Amino acid sequence: MTWWLAVVFVVLACVFALYLSVTAGRLDRLHRRIDSAQANLSTLLLRRNSAAIELASSGLLDPASSVLILNAAHVARECADDTLADRSFSESALSAALNAALDESHEPDEPGLTGLEHQLITEVVALGTRVQLSRRFLNDAVRACRQVRQQQLVRIFRLAGHTAWPQTMEMDDALPVGLGPR
Amino acid sequence: MKSQPLNGGRALRIGLVCPYSWNSPGGVRSHIEDLALALIQRGHWVNVLAPVESPEQELPDWLTDAGVPVAVPYNGSVAKLRFGIRAMARVRKWIDVNDFDVLHVHEPLAPSVSLLACWVASGPIVATWHSSAERSRVLNASFYIAQTALEKISARIAVSESARRYLVSHVGGDAILIPNGVRVQAIAERARRTSKEPEALAFLGRIDEPRKGLEILLAAMPAVIRSVPDVHLTVVGPGDASAQIARMDKDIGQHVTFAGKLSDDQKIEALARAQVYVAPHTGGESFGIVLAEAMAAGTAVLASDLEAFSVVLQEGRAGQLFPTGDSQALANAIVALLNGPDRVQELAGAGRLRVRDFDWDTVVDQVLAVYEAVTVNGDKVTEDLRGQLVGRWMVSR
Repeated sequence: MTWWLAVVFVVLACVFALYLSVTAGRLDRLHRRIDSAQANLSTLLLRRNSAAIELASSGLLDPASSVLILNAAHVARECADDTLADRSFSESALSAALNAALDESHEPDEPGLTGLEHQLITEVVALGTRVQLSRRFLNDAVRACRQVRQQQLVRIFRLAGHTAWPQTMEMDDALPVGLGPR
Repeated sequence: MKSQPLNGGRALRIGLVCPYSWNSPGGVRSHIEDLALALIQRGHWVNVLAPVESPEQELPDWLTDAGVPVAVPYNGSVAKLRFGIRAMARVRKWIDVNDFDVLHVHEPLAPSVSLLACWVASGPIVATWHSSAERSRVLNASFYIAQTALEKISARIAVSESARRYLVSHVGGDAILIPNGVRVQAIAERARRTSKEPEALAFLGRIDEPRKGLEILLAAMPAVIRSVPDVHLTVVGPGDASAQIARMDKDIGQHVTFAGKLSDDQKIEALARAQVYVAPHTGGESFGIVLAEAMAAGTAVLASDLEAFSVVLQEGRAGQLFPTGDSQALANAIVALLNGPDRVQELAGAGRLRVRDFDWDTVVDQVLAVYEAVTVNGDKVTEDLRGQLVGRWMVSR
């Protein structure tokens, strides 16, 4: 009878090992999804930064708005090499500056705007929309990853290795009133 | 405002996956076709993978045949789906050969090529949820299998608030809301060539499907006829009309025409001829594309106050709402509209304005913004079967 038990034990051990390997594969893929979402968000934040600087230095905005945006964009750019979480504050400040400057009078559809001004504002807002989307996608990936990492077996067998606990990105990415997607 | 393509935005290689048969008409299938054509028009390279029933037929060059689908009961009705080891091999080859920048899967939980595509691919994957079925048994029973496929998806889209809520509560996570698109311009064009008939009403939908609410409208008709003797109702949609006719009073029967199933163009004409399009649905509608079509055709909309309809009609500003299932209230509303041409004009105008939000052009802008948000760093769609037993051992190319 003992060989029976041994066979059962070996089979169970194999199934268990397989489960662990499969879960490790899933985890690795989830971490990659987070990495790529972070990279996308980072790129989009930089592009938004450039678009904001271009708008502010075009001479199309009033000087006060220009200074406000340039200042915020400059601070955000200096933090660009930090981790995403550390950039939260400066990027939120840039959103706030853009919102303050673009809020009321600069409706793209309003007559009186030159083609270039319209184009620059549209660009900043389009990038703002993509930043919003990208941040939601990142946070969704983080949630999915945390869900797997919280499982008992994953914790006991350290399937996540030394990868840091995934962090969501929290920032103010609101778009100027009246300029958001419908 | 619209989110426009970014300056220097590159042309993407986009793979769309349709889980249902390309030969049977349906909301998901036509959504994918419209999306594909609109994306091609914007200069992107698109290929659609879909099951095709008759392989010898001429297919557009942007369509790849995923094999012959099988009719199986799924989610309360019979759907034509494609699955199995050969289907898996075709999906793998399709992904391998085409070198996509982004893979856009529709109804990722349908047990068909959509699920298989999620299964084998990794990289920028976008998924759109169309239906808002009540809690899915498939999802309950095979949650682990579904989960390993679902967690690969980088961006999720829902076409309606109810589809979004279904997704968030049953699958978990977040989803972007992008409503369905309507070819507003084409519909308006056709409607302009059709003249309105006074005192005409239109109803669209399966006759024998209780959730479409034909019963409620027919129950309202006697009261309407008493106040507006010349009223005429055209019922467009498949189903057995004889049972309805037999049950109806003869006096009412004179005021109702059953037009049967019509082509898309004839359907638009029927909508455009009517003064008021009535949508007395009692539930099960996730978006109500017909409402948008009626608005595009310049016809005033009178709909039950289901949440989805109320959103489309902006709480009654772009069309009139009545309490769901209430024939008496419906009769009163119809009479008031048929006796008040100014109000009908006003609603039709508000509808024309509102329907711009559902134009394909707007929808494609939003979908492209999602693609850009997941592809901006240039990751590609690749094959990745880790974590999946079936994929690893049971499938060979």
